[in-house]
Amino acid sequence: MVENKNIFGIKAFSIYYGDFMAVKNITLDIEASKITAIIGPSGCGKSTLLRALNRMNDLILSSWVEGEVLFQGVNIYQKDTDVIELRRRVGMVFQKPNPFPSSVYENVAYGPKIRGIKKKSQLDEIVENALVRADLWKEVKDKLNESGLSLSGGQMQRLCIARSLAQEPEVILFDEPTSALDPISTANIENLLQELQKTVTIIIVTHNMQQAARISNYTVFMYLGELIEFGDTDTIFVNPQNKLTEEYITGRFG
Amino acid sequence: MAIFDEELKALRERVLKLGFMVENAIRDSVKALIERDTELAKEVIKRDHLINALDVGIDEECVRLIALRQPMARDLRFITTTMKITTDLERMGDLAVNIAERAMELTEEPLLKPFVNIPKMAEIAQSMVRDTLDAFVTGCSRLPYEVIKRDDEVDELTVRNFEELLSFMLRDPKIIPLAVKRTYVAKYLERIADHATNIAEMVIYMCEGKIIRHMEFPE
Repeated sequence: MVENKNIFGIKAFSIYYGDFMAVKNITLDIEASKITAIIGPSGCGKSTLLRALNRMNDLILSSWVEGEVLFQGVNIYQKDTDVIELRRRVGMVFQKPNPFPSSVYENVAYGPKIRGIKKKSQLDEIVENALVRADLWKEVKDKLNESGLSLSGGQMQRLCIARSLAQEPEVILFDEPTSALDPISTANIENLLQELQKTVTIIIVTHNMQQAARISNYTVFMYLGELIEFGDTDTIFVNPQNKLTEEYITGRFG
Repeated sequence: MAIFDEELKALRERVLKLGFMVENAIRDSVKALIERDTELAKEVIKRDHLINALDVGIDEECVRLIALRQPMARDLRFITTTMKITTDLERMGDLAVNIAERAMELTEEPLLKPFVNIPKMAEIAQSMVRDTLDAFVTGCSRLPYEVIKRDDEVDELTVRNFEELLSFMLRDPKIIPLAVKRTYVAKYLERIADHATNIAEMVIYMCEGKIIRHMEFPE
C-alpha cells in the first residue's frame, strides 16, 4: 500500500561536490500523482536534490552520493541501473526552454525514435498525443515542420514538456520551469502541470513561493542542504511548524 | 520587508484603537444607564459612527495588504484574524448603542430597583474585551482561554438577572415594560461577552493555527 503510494523513497541521502556536502542526509517520500514543490533560498541544494532523482548529477564528475533513492522500490544508485532508461521514466524540464534545433515534430519524435519506434503512423500518433497533453497541439499543428526555436518562450517550454511526455515518463522533474516566462505563459504552464498531475508525478523546484502555494500538494523547504520542513502545502503556507520555514515564507529570512 | 512590518504594526494599532473605543462605549452606555445620564447615552450613540468608520478602514487595509503583500503563515493568520475581529468589535459597538437607547428610555421612568447584576456583567464583558485584545497584541498566552471561561459567568448573571426581574413582573404586571427593557440590557451584555469569546477563539487560531470554534472543550 505504502509502496504504491510513494513513487520515490529518499533514504538518508546526501550529495557531495568533492568535499562539499550540498545535500545533507535527507529522508523524504514523494507521493505518486501529486505535485511536490521544493522551495528554499539559492544554494540550499534544492536543484541538486532534484537532479539526483534521475541522476543528472552524474554529469558533474566531482559529485558523489551517500544513502539511497528508491524509485518504485529500487535504488537508482545501485551499480546495474540503466541510467538512460531511468531518465526516460523520470523526465526533466529546465529553467530555460531548450528545444533541439530541429522541427517541432522532430523535437517530440526524437525520444521515441531513439527507443526504436520507426513506423511513421505510430510516431505521428505519439507526437500528436504528446503535443495535445502539453496543450500545444492547437497552436502548432499547422507548423510541425517549422523550427522548434521559432516558437515563443512559453510555447518552447510546452514543447519541451511534450518532448518529455513522448517518452511516457512516470515522473517529470521541473527546475524553475517558468522563471524565464511572462505571467500568462506561467499561468498556462501552471494549469498544464495541474492537468498532467493526474497521469504523471511532478516534482518542481521553484523560487516563486506563490507558485508553490498555487499548484503543489506537498511542499519541501530546504535550507543549507537540509530538509527543514515537509508537509501539506496548506500547512506550510498557513501554519508552518518550523520557525525557519515561517521566516522564509513570510519574507523575513536572514 | 521593513515597510510591510510597519504596515502590520500600524494595522495592529488601529485594531487596538477600535477595541479601546468599543470598551469605552460599553462602559459609558452602562454608566449612562446606572447614573441615569441621558447626555452620556446620547454621546455613546453619537460616537458609534467613529467605530463604524474605523471598522471599514481596517477592513480596507486588510484587503490592500492581502492584494499587495501576499501575506503568508503568521502574517496571513494575523490579517485574516483582524478582519474577523473587527466585525465582532463593531457589533459590540452596536450593542453598546442599544444599551444607551434603553438607558435613555429607562431614565424617563422611575427606578424599578437598584442595578446589581448589570454592572457586574458590564465589568466582566469589558475585561473580556480588554484581555482578548491584550492577547491579540502581545502574542500568545493562556489569556484567551481564561476569557472564554469568563463567558460562563456572564451567562449565569444573565439568567439570574432574568429570574429576579421575573419575580418582580409576577408581583406587579404594570412594571413589565420596564423590566423587559432591563432584561434586554442584560441580553445585550451577554451578546457582547459572546463576541469577546469569538475574538478570543480567533486569537487562539492566530497564535496556534488551530480552530477551536464550535468545540466543546477548548484546550
